[in-house]
Amino acid sequence: MHHGKSTEWKKDNAASLKELLGKWFFLLYSLVYAGFIFINVMSPKFMGIDVSNWNVAILYGIGLITLAMVLAAIYNHISTHAEELLNPKEKDDENK
Amino acid sequence: MNYIVSPWAIVLFVAFIFSVLGISYHFARKTKSSKGYFAAGGNIHWSVNGIAFAGDYLSAASFLGICGMIAVSGYDGFLYSIGYLAGWIVALFLVAEPVKRLGKYTFTDALDAKFNSKGIQLTAAISTLVVSVFYLIPQMVGAGSLVTPLLGLPHEAGVLLVGIIVIIVVATAGMTSTTYVQFFKGGMLIIFSMTLVFMLFSRGISTKPDQGGDVKFHEYKKITVTTVSDTAVKIADKTYKFDKLMPAGTGNSQSIFVRLTKDGRDSIWKLNAKDKKLEETLWVTHNPDGTKLYNGGKKEEGLFYQVGHMTEIDGQSGEYHTGTLNIFSFIAKIKDGIVVRWSKNTLVDGQVRYDVYSQNPTPGKAVLKPGLKFKVDSEKGALPKDKLDFISLMIALFLGTAALPHILIRYYTVPDARSARKSTIVAIGAIGLFYCLTLYMGLGAMVSGVLDLTNDNMSAPLLAKSFGVTIFAIVSALAFATVLGTVSGLIVAASGAVAHDIMDRFMGMNMEDKHKVFAGKIAAVSVGCIAMVLGILYKGMNVSYLVGWAFAVAASANFPAIIMILFWKKTTSKGVVASIVVGLCSAMGLILLSQETYNNVYHLVNVKAPVPINNPAIISVPLSFITLYVVSLLTQKQRNK
Repeated sequence: MHHGKSTEWKKDNAASLKELLGKWFFLLYSLVYAGFIFINVMSPKFMGIDVSNWNVAILYGIGLITLAMVLAAIYNHISTHAEELLNPKEKDDENK
Repeated sequence: MNYIVSPWAIVLFVAFIFSVLGISYHFARKTKSSKGYFAAGGNIHWSVNGIAFAGDYLSAASFLGICGMIAVSGYDGFLYSIGYLAGWIVALFLVAEPVKRLGKYTFTDALDAKFNSKGIQLTAAISTLVVSVFYLIPQMVGAGSLVTPLLGLPHEAGVLLVGIIVIIVVATAGMTSTTYVQFFKGGMLIIFSMTLVFMLFSRGISTKPDQGGDVKFHEYKKITVTTVSDTAVKIADKTYKFDKLMPAGTGNSQSIFVRLTKDGRDSIWKLNAKDKKLEETLWVTHNPDGTKLYNGGKKEEGLFYQVGHMTEIDGQSGEYHTGTLNIFSFIAKIKDGIVVRWSKNTLVDGQVRYDVYSQNPTPGKAVLKPGLKFKVDSEKGALPKDKLDFISLMIALFLGTAALPHILIRYYTVPDARSARKSTIVAIGAIGLFYCLTLYMGLGAMVSGVLDLTNDNMSAPLLAKSFGVTIFAIVSALAFATVLGTVSGLIVAASGAVAHDIMDRFMGMNMEDKHKVFAGKIAAVSVGCIAMVLGILYKGMNVSYLVGWAFAVAASANFPAIIMILFWKKTTSKGVVASIVVGLCSAMGLILLSQETYNNVYHLVNVKAPVPINNPAIISVPLSFITLYVVSLLTQKQRNK
């Protein structure tokens, strides 16, 4: 794929806030992910416990996938607001 | 397996491929100038770019490999879905924007941004090459798997077909895989996967699946045994003559197989001593002259059946059929029933090798939690090394995505941070939805009588085939187009590493543009040829498993370097170089000496491999981090060189 030279992004005053938020969300997700690994190796029977029509394994697995989507959406929401608040207004045609 | 080639399927397949290539070529001609390229990139809505991201990322590994592994090993295949998606969190939250702020666009340039070091340029380029090749192998294997049932051609033909098409395309037009094509592929993949799952739910599950009436369910025979001794077995059915007793394995895990003869034809049966029965198996005979027989006959005779059914549903073990199901009840039916999986044993009789597949009824509860492939339960015999292997895999998948050079780069082709982020959210949503669908497609293949025991990569397309030739052809064409896109992207990335990073920057050859382009094309052809050879050698291995290795290498070689550069001020160029080298060598070394490689690549059966685990990440990733840390501290004075 010819990705070539990337586009130049403008100066971003919200950068450090986003970085901090990113690190915290990463940490949160890592803990939940680590929990999944931990339970599987230390107490695999727990994963087989019924949860209505599913079981813990399926719930936790689909839960991890869903959590990723939710955290990403929240991250986007907060970051966009931070950019709007902290960055000077840009001309419409430069912003897509 | 008897694959009946359908002309309509071939027509659809070829038409689909040509339209994808045509659209791609049309847009490539329009965007040949970099300005044109950016204009297109800049004007594309973030939702379109997001689906294109998904289309770019979801390769043969996801569709064929994961569904295939779930179809054979249940939940353990779904671990790959969970891990691959989790990797996007690392990429989005930790790596993407900070790397962008380094002001660079390729992985190598990002790693070298602060140092301008020859060492980094060389090692990062080699790392890109190695990861690209490891990623290419499963794509080629996937292509080979697709072509066989569709066009009736052998695996090697599919590999050569992809290789030649891509090499021609890259070497002549230098075609770009445009956003619109990726959007089209990504969108279609999700739509057709949802359609397949919907059809699956409508059909329900049966104890005697017949692929919608197309393929009669085969009732596996059982012969009563009258006496058993150490050397012979006497059976009730006199039409069969006892030939030979063939044990496999040792101790508790030993299985006894028996070869019988009837009407001049040999057959292999498994001895069930408890029930005093001989059970019908499926077997592949590897003759010393290289020929193969399937259940004693040639492939065309169609004696090797498709498998996969439940022997008990809702407590019923006779002929039983559930009604329409949904996302909850589908799981419940499997969970509360018994699924017939198949175990493989290899028998050797003189110069002849038999791969024998025997029935292994497994409770649904065991299928729907980890443990069938990756052993984690000590009570079921899991050793510490097995648990380490599992942890290692989950680490590799989690850290691998952010370290794949050709994935992250897509983030930077949009004009601002906001669009990049929104595209990523859409991508994560689309990919997440797709991965949830893989669980149902894989399980569906497991219970619908469609599996080819010699190649689990075909599970999803064969499931589609059971619903009709049209959806089968479209799904196969989609998967093939995905392979084409991924392979061309990887070959271009790899050839770029050679031409731009190694020859131009590292070796300082300062070539003219047209020489650089020529060098790139030669590199593309060479990498393409290597990939074809390896794609043929690795035939039969699950593609998601192979991609897991690519992730492990990326996570070991690239991830520590990029993270430490971003977040640790004391990182030095020598530290980065050492970490990439150590990460690469340890990951690759451990893989090449692992049991899976010994069994499936070198074909050394019953030889114990020196390395006890199959995924190196748990050793190679920390090793790489430690190396970077120690070497950086030792080379602090040269930090600003």
